[in-house]
Amino acid sequence: MEKIILAIIVGGAFGFVLDRVGATNPNYIIHMLRLSKLHLMKTILLGIGFSSVLMFAGILIGLIDVAHMSVKAAYLGVFIGGIILGLGFAISGFCPGTGLTAAATGRKDAWFFILGGLVGAAAYMITYSKVASTGVLDKLLGGKATVAAIDGTNYPSLFDTMSGEVVGIVLGFVFIAIAFILPDQLRKN
Amino acid sequence: MLTWKVGGVLLGAVFLMAVILVKPIGVSTQFVIFDGILWSTVDSSVVVEDANSKSGYASSNAYLNKSGGKYAKSVENPLNYSFVFVVAMLAGAWGSSKLRKSITKEQSEMPEIWRVNFGDSPVKRYVVAFLAGFLVLYGARLAGGCTSGHMMSGMMQTAVSGYIFAAGAFLAGIPAAILVFRKGESE
Repeated sequence: MEKIILAIIVGGAFGFVLDRVGATNPNYIIHMLRLSKLHLMKTILLGIGFSSVLMFAGILIGLIDVAHMSVKAAYLGVFIGGIILGLGFAISGFCPGTGLTAAATGRKDAWFFILGGLVGAAAYMITYSKVASTGVLDKLLGGKATVAAIDGTNYPSLFDTMSGEVVGIVLGFVFIAIAFILPDQLRKN
Repeated sequence: MLTWKVGGVLLGAVFLMAVILVKPIGVSTQFVIFDGILWSTVDSSVVVEDANSKSGYASSNAYLNKSGGKYAKSVENPLNYSFVFVVAMLAGAWGSSKLRKSITKEQSEMPEIWRVNFGDSPVKRYVVAFLAGFLVLYGARLAGGCTSGHMMSGMMQTAVSGYIFAAGAFLAGIPAAILVFRKGESE
């Protein structure tokens, strides 16, 4: 029951903030991808950097339980799936989270996106065994790899001798720096 | 709308709060869980209790059955953290939209840049949105996550998979958006 209350609080906050930053508006997402309005890109980069710095700092000083981390496996399908998602993302201006929240804000095209998404997810469920048999789901780099080694986890890492927590903080600052350096647009409207 | 500085800090705070309290944010799996719930409503044999599986549930569908039947378990118990999270996310966005100026009828059908490039037909936009939804969720499931799970939560944790996913999504998404939407709307 406690978990359900947390789900309502964190989920509710996430939906609220997605709408407030403009991510429920497909116009902003399309402009971000065609590099003509980078407001959302800067928002996302700052979000990743800010959370990364504080998360790894929290882990270092023992405020955050490292067991709450959950790293996903690396395999070729991550890249292929990213490409397929990127195409749909570009033509619709929706990703799974923003499609759902956009529908909640009254966008009718988002409901059609969700319907298509449910069919696409079902298609994956049905074709999963075939996809797996091609080998694209075979783990790369030992599977759930991180950039550097994080204490208290079993994640393999690219740079075993470096502190994953410190690298996480440094990369977090890099994301923040990119957010600040990036101009408001790279291409004209 | 928030500036990128305030918005970025708030967005980061939500991702941080999720890790502190429970686990990193992810959305796209719940499309599968919802499909599974619909599927098991019309065919109750899709997910069954199975004492031999790690989660206590098993499915005749290989995808729902993977990782010890953890998706099968969520299908049978929709009142779980990740599913309720997504429902609450909808409520949060709805609440936010009620506190601001609501979108116009024109905006509710399609974004402005679509109208400028492809005209006023809502049906055309809806058909393409449906097809795009298919691609996005098929791709997300193949990748094992989406923009929130792989890109934001992943790169926040220095996950290599997050970087691989972001590379694929932007390598395809940026040229696609530039080629598809030739005209900008505000000249």
